[in-house]
Amino acid sequence: MSQADPSGLGRARAVGFVLPGLVLIGVFLIFPALWTIYLGLTDYRLTGLAAADPQVVGVDNYTTALGDERFRNSLWLTLQYVLGSAVVGQAVLGFAIAWVLRNRPGPVKRITEGLVLLAWILPSSVIAFLWIALLDRDDGTLNALLHTPGFAWLLDYPMPSIIVFNVWRGTAFSMMLYGAALENVPPSHLETARLAGASTFQQLRDVVFPRIKGHVLTNLLLISLWTFNDFTSFQLTAGGPEGRSEILPVYIYNVALSGGRLGFGAAISFLVLLINLVFAFVYLRLLRDRRKVVVP
Amino acid sequence: MISLSGLTKEFPGGVRAVDSLDLEIGDGEFFALLGPSGCGKTTLLRSIAGLETPTSGKIRIGGVDVTASPPGRRDVAMVFQDYALFPHMDVTSNIAYPLRIKKVSRQRREAKAAETASRLSLSDLLARRPAQLSGGQQQRVALARAIASRPQVFLFDEPLSNLDARLRLEARTFLKRLQRELAVTTVFVTHDQGEALALADRIAVMNAGRIMQVGTPSEVFHRPTDPFVAGFIGSTPMNLLPASAEGGRLHVAGAVLPLPRDVADGPLVYGLRPEYADLSQSAPVGRRDVFSGKVAVVENLGTAHLVTLDSGDLLIQVVVPEGDEPAVGASAWAVPRPGRALLYRDDRLLTGA
Repeated sequence: MSQADPSGLGRARAVGFVLPGLVLIGVFLIFPALWTIYLGLTDYRLTGLAAADPQVVGVDNYTTALGDERFRNSLWLTLQYVLGSAVVGQAVLGFAIAWVLRNRPGPVKRITEGLVLLAWILPSSVIAFLWIALLDRDDGTLNALLHTPGFAWLLDYPMPSIIVFNVWRGTAFSMMLYGAALENVPPSHLETARLAGASTFQQLRDVVFPRIKGHVLTNLLLISLWTFNDFTSFQLTAGGPEGRSEILPVYIYNVALSGGRLGFGAAISFLVLLINLVFAFVYLRLLRDRRKVVVP
Repeated sequence: MISLSGLTKEFPGGVRAVDSLDLEIGDGEFFALLGPSGCGKTTLLRSIAGLETPTSGKIRIGGVDVTASPPGRRDVAMVFQDYALFPHMDVTSNIAYPLRIKKVSRQRREAKAAETASRLSLSDLLARRPAQLSGGQQQRVALARAIASRPQVFLFDEPLSNLDARLRLEARTFLKRLQRELAVTTVFVTHDQGEALALADRIAVMNAGRIMQVGTPSEVFHRPTDPFVAGFIGSTPMNLLPASAEGGRLHVAGAVLPLPRDVADGPLVYGLRPEYADLSQSAPVGRRDVFSGKVAVVENLGTAHLVTLDSGDLLIQVVVPEGDEPAVGASAWAVPRPGRALLYRDDRLLTGA
């Protein structure tokens, strides 16, 4: 039994164990991804002539997309959506809740956590329905509460509506992650800072954040990727009105499936995949730099 | 000066960690809070620091009522059991941290940190991170951080318990000397009676949220005012035996001893330190003031042995110099030295016997 083979399986049997997994990944992940890249180079459509006999059109789809006002608008909205609802909304609110709840006695903490968690685990169609009921123009709960009958939130403020909606829905994850991260901060460190006279901001800056930097990066990576690819808002606004809340996943759906331009949709999907990869790469880079600093 | 009056801390669930406690700690005093775990000594220390809010009572530091002040306004510095050094800061920044919060300029606080560090022989380590320091060095950095801000009061939570045994003695001597030199009022918490006896000017022995006795190490050691303190102080626990006074004689575990003059008849507790009895391996002829028994256990203490005698239902412990230890199972007699025993009635010290 050599060092490189601690289980003593031998190469052939080891490959035998891994093979079924590799085949599944190949069939359901790698092949569709490659197929998407191929489709993105064609003028494939859902119906009509191009559906029967798609032609390879090269990078036409990409140049069209980059020159398309609707695509660039969608990209800009997506950026707002990610920054507003994930980075600022979920991360900041999630941390704030975790920080405030950290020393609370049992019932207060459990009830708050339970409510926040509920928003996260309910099926998206259910919470979409809840929010439509909340924001409805005629009989909406919010209008009843604010005494503003007839105010059309989803029509007049589509982006703020879906941003708040996504914050409400997704904060639980950040809250739980930061709640666990805060357990890593030794109480004596916070108390040392308090004895020195440090304000809450100084305690966070000098004691808490240096300790939970890795958690913050992981959290931001996950929630920005999830939010970037989030399709739930489709159930509230379907990208409308007039594309004013048409973030990229909704845009792809509208173009490829409603509009039938499958080839074009595939090209955009590939662009989204590239953007996701860039996100992940930058975060991993930051994480690695951090490790280098910590272990000299 | 620190003065506590009627201090009570009750935790949710009704546990009284500190129970209407009064205490005065003088200027420049090295004061120990000693007691078993769960006796409330740490809660008391944290209340002085402001990290716990007392349920009732008052805390004054230097004549100022600080009961409602936040920790940062009390002019106290605390060294925690785990030292609480910030891992991402080097030694200089750690020492200078309280000064940074107080908005002292970078130049002045670094000079101050370097000066304090040289006093604690840390000068060569200023650029290191805490992870690159030994336990003893970490402790000195934590001390330096407390010293650098020149507080009115130092609070130490189990300052020596995270060091290994050899280093602990060295650090103890060092700590005592440092406190002498700085002459800053210092309160420390420990569960180790040896540490309290060695370091402190005065000791408060605590049990169940109350102070059982306050006194100098020698007072607490020689005249513990109740059986709890008697049993807690001393490297070997004191023998506490049921006794009774009858007709001017003291009957303890089969022995008959002279009774001090002004003790009335009735049940008593007889306390004798194992160091204050001699072991005889032959029956003393014609004497009734000895405890007889069978040797049950012999424990090696290094330069001495702790011998446990089985005497009827009671156990009597005696410290025997090296070379004189008896065989297990042999008969032996413990002879108390005159004037060294203590008598308690209703948990109060009556007198020596």
